[in-house]
Amino acid sequence: MQLVLEKRAERSGAVALVSPLIAIGLTVVTMVILFAILGKNPLLALHAYFIAPLTDGYSLQEIAVKATPLVMIAIGLSLCYLANAWNIGAEGQFLIGAVAGSWIAVKTQGTDAGAWVLPAMLVLAAAAGALYALIPAICKVKFGASEILTSLMLVYVADLFLDYLVRGPWRDPNGFNFPTTAEFDPVATVPLLIEGGRLHLGSIIALLVVAAAAILLGRTIKGFEIRVVGAAPRAARFGGFNANQLIILTFAVSGALAGLAGIIEVAGPVGHLQPGISPGYGFTAIIVAFLGRLNPLGILIAGLFLALTFIGGEQAQIAMKIPLDVTKVFQGILLFYVLACDSLILYRFKLSFPNRQVARGTH
Amino acid sequence: MRKSLLALATGLLLAGSVSAASPADKLKVGFIYLGPIGDLGWTYQHDLARQALVKELGDQIETTYLENVPEGPDAERSIEQLVRAGNKLIFTTSFGYMDPTLKVAKKYPNVHFEHATGYKRNPNMSTYSAKWWQGRYIQGLIAAKMSKSGVLGYIGSFPIPEVVSGINATMLAAQTIKPDIKVKIIWANTWFDPGKEADAAKALIDQGADVIMQHTDSPAAMQIASERGKLAFGQDSEMIKFGPKTQLTSILDTWGPYYIERVKAELAGTWKSQDSWGGLDSHMFAMAPYTNMPDDVKKMAEDAQAAIIAGKLHPFKCPIVGQDGKPVECKGGDHLDDGQILGMNFYVKGIDDKLPGK
Repeated sequence: MQLVLEKRAERSGAVALVSPLIAIGLTVVTMVILFAILGKNPLLALHAYFIAPLTDGYSLQEIAVKATPLVMIAIGLSLCYLANAWNIGAEGQFLIGAVAGSWIAVKTQGTDAGAWVLPAMLVLAAAAGALYALIPAICKVKFGASEILTSLMLVYVADLFLDYLVRGPWRDPNGFNFPTTAEFDPVATVPLLIEGGRLHLGSIIALLVVAAAAILLGRTIKGFEIRVVGAAPRAARFGGFNANQLIILTFAVSGALAGLAGIIEVAGPVGHLQPGISPGYGFTAIIVAFLGRLNPLGILIAGLFLALTFIGGEQAQIAMKIPLDVTKVFQGILLFYVLACDSLILYRFKLSFPNRQVARGTH
Repeated sequence: MRKSLLALATGLLLAGSVSAASPADKLKVGFIYLGPIGDLGWTYQHDLARQALVKELGDQIETTYLENVPEGPDAERSIEQLVRAGNKLIFTTSFGYMDPTLKVAKKYPNVHFEHATGYKRNPNMSTYSAKWWQGRYIQGLIAAKMSKSGVLGYIGSFPIPEVVSGINATMLAAQTIKPDIKVKIIWANTWFDPGKEADAAKALIDQGADVIMQHTDSPAAMQIASERGKLAFGQDSEMIKFGPKTQLTSILDTWGPYYIERVKAELAGTWKSQDSWGGLDSHMFAMAPYTNMPDDVKKMAEDAQAAIIAGKLHPFKCPIVGQDGKPVECKGGDHLDDGQILGMNFYVKGIDDKLPGK
């Protein structure tokens, strides 16, 4: 007798829905064991991770601030992934958007420019992110270059470009040579929503993006095309859908959203351009996209959940002296279980009895 | 069964919350660290000081630290989290936390902050730093004596005044022994990245440097110098175990006495915003034993150290000539004044390199 994975005749809708929940459940169980080994009270630790951050307005705001870039980027990525286009370079598009938007902020610094500055920054950042994402998309369509590699490599180009700017031409003259631009003027800053807090307009924009993606995917022909091209490429070809055009489109949209997220982060919580503006948002957003089942609402929930693990991890570090590395282990385990459980959508466990198979073979 | 589990769970939670609440009368002291506490350099030394603090005042205080906090948007939240967890005195231990610390300090006027190596202060925000350039001067003397190739290798982090003044002090000292000595500088653009630091050390040695100095935080450069049979200076902490035949000396950050002093002031209610800039005489830092050098070099180093402590030797003694060949204005009488050193943004004559952004 042995346990085998057997391919299902069709993907299981029920498993697709509960799979993230199973994954989270298994993660919690694993963490309880890990906490126990570390000699920490598992219930208190879980409380610090998941419950405490939800109990006060300050932490809730911080969760929203942290989730904003993750959700915006992940929505764009989900469109790509649904259409079978593998944009791994959202981090680079995020940085280029931040750079492009900051250009206006830096150039208008101290000039008493009007209220047009921030909207112009947002538009330029989105455009720059889209253009930057089009490089791997066009290489893919025209030359068949793997978009996974090209988009990833462009991350490092963007990173170094930003680095060059803040060390060289855009460096704050009063910043003691530290690699950063001067603080942006108020007209170049994303407005805060709550006095004394850090919640900013970007969170509202992220919600609008989620709603727009839900409408696009659920109610429009374009959305239908994206899903068909990804799920059934042959059928899509027979249907006359142009897969290459969709690669270009989804890359552009995803780059635009990443770029927008980049400038919102820089003109919002950071307030100036510097290296290290992203602790890997573009990559974490890949986890968010998959954890959210490439579904807009799911991504919103997944983004908030991952933000919760960041904030909770920090509170656990303070309240229970749990090392930061545990938070990273936690996120890694979560992704591992999500991927493992996902295989159950297309496969199922089956007990097989070798002797009976032999008997069938001779039949 | 289920009921008993639930009861157990509730019990555990309650028990936890009671025990967590009891030390509320202790003063809570928080720390924000740039690297991991195991970086064996900068953060490690801050954490050793925190442990010394606990040892001294453990019955009156409770300490908490957050490690690996990047100098970016997350820092402000991390600092604020410590405030919200009830910490009344918070040490933020890297230059890049300056603006985030100030932001949080303005928001919570009743909490006291201590920011390391910055220049912005507030009624509830002090700054503290050390005159490491005094130690660099001694290292420059040793390096010039020990270098056979006449080329020193210097791994910089960021071209901020703290680092630039260290490079200048090194060169001014080295030039008193070998007037035409050269220094090669590589900017790692990070405080802590063992991979990059090791690469920089390799590149410097390949360019002919035979004494390696660093203003980054890991022992990686020491290990490379040791592998290649060169000499090196440690940074922040005692690194001799990474290069028993390599380390000449090391600048040791010894924050413990300062932390104890400041926490005592907080406990006594006499804490005031101030700027502390301690030198070799103040125990803010110390020199590791002088090793792997002949006795005469060792004696020279010890004499220089004694002279600096006694105030007889000032590393930035005038006249000082800048890279452009023009003498630097001497605001402190016969030496540069503190402001000029704190804002140092030029290389002295004899450094071939160009200061980034100049």
